[in-house]
Amino acid sequence: MTEIALRGVRKSYGDTEVIHGVDLQVASGDFVVFVGPSGCGKSTLLRIIAGLEEITSGTVEIDGEVVNHVAASERGLAMVFQSYALYPHMSVYQNMAFGLENAKMPRSEIDTRVREAAGMLQITELLARRPKALSGGQRQRVAIGRAIVRDPRAFLFDEPLSNLDAELRVTMRKELAALHAKIGGTMVYVTHDQTEAMTLADRIVVLEGGNVEQAGRPLDLYNRPRNVFVAGFIGSPRMNLIEAQAVKGDERGTVALVTAETRISLPALPGIGPGDRVTCGIRPEHIRITEASKADVSAAVAFSEQLGGETYLYCDTDGPAQLTVHQLGQLPVENGEVLHFAFDRERMHLFGEDGEVIANGVPA
Amino acid sequence: MSDAISPRPSLGELLSARRGRGRRRGRLHWTDVFTWVYLALGIFLMFGPVVWLVLSSFKTPAGLVEFPPTFLPLGQISVEVAGHEEPLPLFRATLEDGSVRELAQVRRIGIVSQMVDPADPERTFRVPIDRRAPVREFRMAFENYVDPLKRFDFTRYLWNSVAVTVAATLVTLLINSMAAYGLAIYEFRGRRAIMLFVIGTLMIPITVILVPVYLVVTSMGMVNSLWAVILPGAATPTGVFLLRQYMLTIPTDLIEAARMDKASEWRIYWRVVMPLSLPAIAVLAIFSIMWRWNEFLWPLIVLSRSEVYTLQVGLNAFQGELDVQWHYILAMTVVTLLPVVLVFAFLQRFIATGIASTGMK
Repeated sequence: MTEIALRGVRKSYGDTEVIHGVDLQVASGDFVVFVGPSGCGKSTLLRIIAGLEEITSGTVEIDGEVVNHVAASERGLAMVFQSYALYPHMSVYQNMAFGLENAKMPRSEIDTRVREAAGMLQITELLARRPKALSGGQRQRVAIGRAIVRDPRAFLFDEPLSNLDAELRVTMRKELAALHAKIGGTMVYVTHDQTEAMTLADRIVVLEGGNVEQAGRPLDLYNRPRNVFVAGFIGSPRMNLIEAQAVKGDERGTVALVTAETRISLPALPGIGPGDRVTCGIRPEHIRITEASKADVSAAVAFSEQLGGETYLYCDTDGPAQLTVHQLGQLPVENGEVLHFAFDRERMHLFGEDGEVIANGVPA
Repeated sequence: MSDAISPRPSLGELLSARRGRGRRRGRLHWTDVFTWVYLALGIFLMFGPVVWLVLSSFKTPAGLVEFPPTFLPLGQISVEVAGHEEPLPLFRATLEDGSVRELAQVRRIGIVSQMVDPADPERTFRVPIDRRAPVREFRMAFENYVDPLKRFDFTRYLWNSVAVTVAATLVTLLINSMAAYGLAIYEFRGRRAIMLFVIGTLMIPITVILVPVYLVVTSMGMVNSLWAVILPGAATPTGVFLLRQYMLTIPTDLIEAARMDKASEWRIYWRVVMPLSLPAIAVLAIFSIMWRWNEFLWPLIVLSRSEVYTLQVGLNAFQGELDVQWHYILAMTVVTLLPVVLVFAFLQRFIATGIASTGMK
């Protein structure tokens, strides 16, 4: 079991700093997912842990030992690459055995380990083949197998599923989760896909522009996003983010958020005063269809997605943003129909002008 | 390696291929004609000398100096004539009365040739030499090959040449690929400068460094040993450049995967990069074999004892100060050409794949 800690890690390429002081703790046996849009530094951070990138300042610790100047090959970690990076001139068996040969392990033990891992990943019948003769999913398994046989201190995955088709990605995702449950090693996983992050992670680290925006359990991030970026990034479809101006409310002490024609009344809240610019976040599933008199927003349905078990409505509001609404079951609506929506106050998120959270949930 | 190479067209298909195949069948576009002429000229320029060399290597010394030169190796027919010990050369002579007869020449006196009729040896004729033409037949002078192989220490020279070629090629491949690995895989300050410097040495002709290199070789006591031929030319800028450019196409992920797999740098080089660079290495091997096999100037300078002669230097022995034995030189040149031709025939597909494909998908 292995703990990984990053303290004040910075990384610059020339004058451009790409990682701006990251502090991070990966607990032993945890499945940690780095997620963020492309260019956010998540892969760089993973490569820093792997030892493939030098850091400019800060420390990387593995099990309490500072490994800043320890070569990648000496850190005892295994990595699965986005491109799989299988050695094209070696058979599957040789690919998996290569790392063990480098560690000068006896032949018989190499054989046992490779066959065991191959059995676990159901690639035993592929052992004699070259990577060229494998499908994407099979290559992925081999790449994972190559990591497993080494029995590394921790596994690093760099967008391992992004080259697979959608169906296979779901299957492999489940298998990865099962694998983690089975071998239980520390795993650090990089993806840009928040669904992968939500389904796989014990802990998610949301990165943006070389900074950690928020780290925590998947549902904590979902329920209590710390800023607008995390709110918008986690959850699919995206949370509705409505930019509004706070004004004095109808009753004493209350405030209302207004855009052009929408007025959302709220009880008095610390941190919001009249005149403030506020972003109001509400997830599609926390919007109810209601009568006109109780509605926060009225909007015309631009188009709808009927999936049978659930329905997504995309509605045009007076503001620039489109409102996405999620409803369970089937909902007979026509495009252009005007519906009235009420926002679930307890699930509403409010963010200040700086994007930082003011409230996760407002008293009704 | 690229597996998308289209099936090779047969020679027949190549020869009948036209621009815009399928359209306007049967009519030659001017570009077809131009292509044919251009290619024919190319073949003539490149193969003409080789064909001439091979044909000439079968000519007798007399046939070689004949003017106007003949294309095919021809030999003059000789006939046995009663009363003469040696066979006499046969000529077709035009007599004074205008009749043409085949006569054997007994001797030549000035511009007059004394001839006999082989069928009637008692009758002699005097014919001006410009009125007779030799009667010839197609004949290969195999003795051009057999004689020097007997007299000339061919096997020793061959062995020396093979030893030099094989050893030098191995050394070249090893050190060039190591240099290329360093310049392709590692990021370090001055990498570009070193590469430019390496390529820059291409601009220095061998004649410029001949004397300094000779002094180095002498001071190391390598004169008259095969190492003097093998070592100085082992590091080639062409080879480093070729391999380095190829290695740049190997995905960095593979190198990093190997690092994560606890591979030492030597193992990454030997087990990952070298096998993946095989097409480029084959190309360099072919080049190196051809360079070394055909090398003449440098071995001529450092090898002065005939036990260490390579074939090319050995061939030079046929060229005396006063007398050049062209028939032997030509024949032995053909012999020395054969191994490289064979090597090329077997390895040429690597040149095509090595140069055309990047080797990765």
